Amino acid sequence: MTEHEHDDEREAGPDAGTESVEPGLEETEAAHRHAEEPAFVAETSEGAQELAARDTTTAGELRQEVGAVLRLPEGGYVDPGDIDIERRDDQTMIINMGPQHPSTHGVLRLMLELDGETVLRTKPIIGYLHTGMEKTGEELTYVQGCTNVTRMDYLSPLHNELVFSLATEALLDVELPPRAIWIRMLMAELNRVSSHLMWMATNGMDLGSTSMMIYGFREREMVLTFFEKTTGLRMNNNYIRPGGVAADLPDGWQDDVEIICETILARTYEYDELLTGQPIFRERTEAVGNISAEEALALSVTGPILRSTGVPWDLRRTMPYLAYDKLDFDVIVGSYGDNFDRYSVRLNEIRESIKMIRQIAEMMPPGDYRVQDRKVTPPPRARIDESMEALIHHFKIFTEGFRVPEGEVYVAIESPRGELGCYMVSDGTSKPYRLHIRGPSFVNLQALPLLLRGGLMADAVAVISSVDPVMGEVDR
Amino acid sequence: MSESTPTAAPAAPPAGVLPEVPRLPDVRVDQLAFPHRDTYKQMVAAFRDAGFETCADLCGVDYLTHPGRSLPEGVAPERFEVVVNLLSLSMRQRVRIRVQLPESDPVVDTIVDVYPGADAMEREAYDMVGILFTGHPDMTRILMPEDWEGHPLRKDYGVGRVPVQFKEAPGPR
Repeated sequence: MTEHEHDDEREAGPDAGTESVEPGLEETEAAHRHAEEPAFVAETSEGAQELAARDTTTAGELRQEVGAVLRLPEGGYVDPGDIDIERRDDQTMIINMGPQHPSTHGVLRLMLELDGETVLRTKPIIGYLHTGMEKTGEELTYVQGCTNVTRMDYLSPLHNELVFSLATEALLDVELPPRAIWIRMLMAELNRVSSHLMWMATNGMDLGSTSMMIYGFREREMVLTFFEKTTGLRMNNNYIRPGGVAADLPDGWQDDVEIICETILARTYEYDELLTGQPIFRERTEAVGNISAEEALALSVTGPILRSTGVPWDLRRTMPYLAYDKLDFDVIVGSYGDNFDRYSVRLNEIRESIKMIRQIAEMMPPGDYRVQDRKVTPPPRARIDESMEALIHHFKIFTEGFRVPEGEVYVAIESPRGELGCYMVSDGTSKPYRLHIRGPSFVNLQALPLLLRGGLMADAVAVISSVDPVMGEVDR
Repeated sequence: MSESTPTAAPAAPPAGVLPEVPRLPDVRVDQLAFPHRDTYKQMVAAFRDAGFETCADLCGVDYLTHPGRSLPEGVAPERFEVVVNLLSLSMRQRVRIRVQLPESDPVVDTIVDVYPGADAMEREAYDMVGILFTGHPDMTRILMPEDWEGHPLRKDYGVGRVPVQFKEAPGPR
């Protein structure tokens, strides 16, 4: 049944009730229900943001909703006939998926236009988790800022803190002690492992493999336990701060890290047995949700999705930050840009990260874990009892914060989901004048109409999962 | 995509391709350009043709209460700015383009037809700062509800304007 037929019936319902000589009890109830329906619909309506019927949509918008990348960077064109915008409305149906749908990983709402089981158009409707973090960031000092940004991408909080701290330090022009840099790398790579494990778990669940879900969460918990030991919290750590990190690594951290590496590396080969070679899993993922390198670049897609198309673009390698140029690791690329390639890129990135963590643990330099500049980092607790200066610095940093020179900077790092950027404008006070976070999930979601077009409704869940959107970061 | 494979040594951008606009040297970015809004789209397209394959980021900034920023000669400061960060994979370079937009008329050409990936970013800039992009196929709000009033990231947008309802105060007896 199409939308239009449904609308006609709905309007015909109450009329039929009034025309009948003796309206029965059921009919009046039906009329009441119909009368209440519009009010209920209006409550959840996002109006113009929604997917509209074809006859009320402009050609440009239609092209976007079918994921047409009309002008490719190399000057190539997609055949307009290919995108099929001439179809009539009465053959199709617009359905709503989400925002409360278990497979949409949070509160992502998709409106899909279907022809039978085939997806024709898609429109992601976002904003259900919008909390105004960029505005909040303007009201917090640089010292407090990390607690705010760490809640954006809640599966890789340390990367959020890292990009915020790097942007602040670029404006401050401070140089970090080597140990701070290497601790940051260690934590960032551990966080990448935990984030990819979480993705493996949910992706397995979306494809019907509940064992994978249990295994993924089990391994992730090992990493989170180490985070709790080091930072005091499992998530939203507020550990990486402008000027270094909050605390040194705990005693015996090498053993903990080695156990994590050993266990998780061995388990990744178990995942191989469970999923990689499994015929059902391969049927569901191979040649589903394809994207080409040109399309990915045009849509600004980064991270594992871009690498799955065969573009070896990893900011850790191509634009190294921290001390990634001193590590020996491979950039994992796929070849077809389908669900299976995105799965294998992430699985192998876990192994590469473990390789990196082992190198970092070996090469960890001694020294300070934060810069010893009293204008940026607070003095050690013991100094406060002895020195008036230390007390003043401590007080100033936690009440007023430090002043950052006027300027603007864009810093980008490779988060588990792609290029995580921070554009920061400072006006010389102790609070950022403008804080803009370029969330990789937010940008990668634009690829959904393209990935879903022509696919089956049943594969939509798998495709959404393979994009790995974290709604906290999409909506910020 | 062999030409964008970043294994070869980064090459210098081809000279003479880019339009002449005021620029500033900046140690933190490879190029920093300040085109007028009439030449903005032309410049973005020129950068795309010069090998900047991806639009990494686009956002709006409201400079209402900023005490003053450094701009090159010939660029008059205006209230709004659109900041575009382009990325070249083949040259491993970043370029930042900043366009000044007046308070009375915060309108600029869309770059969606140059970089389709700028779609959601332009909608966000419209939603948050209230900059209109002419030619954008779907200029609607993206994060806020459609009937929201005002643009939250403007500096004159009050924080906490949503009225909070408390219980009625107790009477005298």
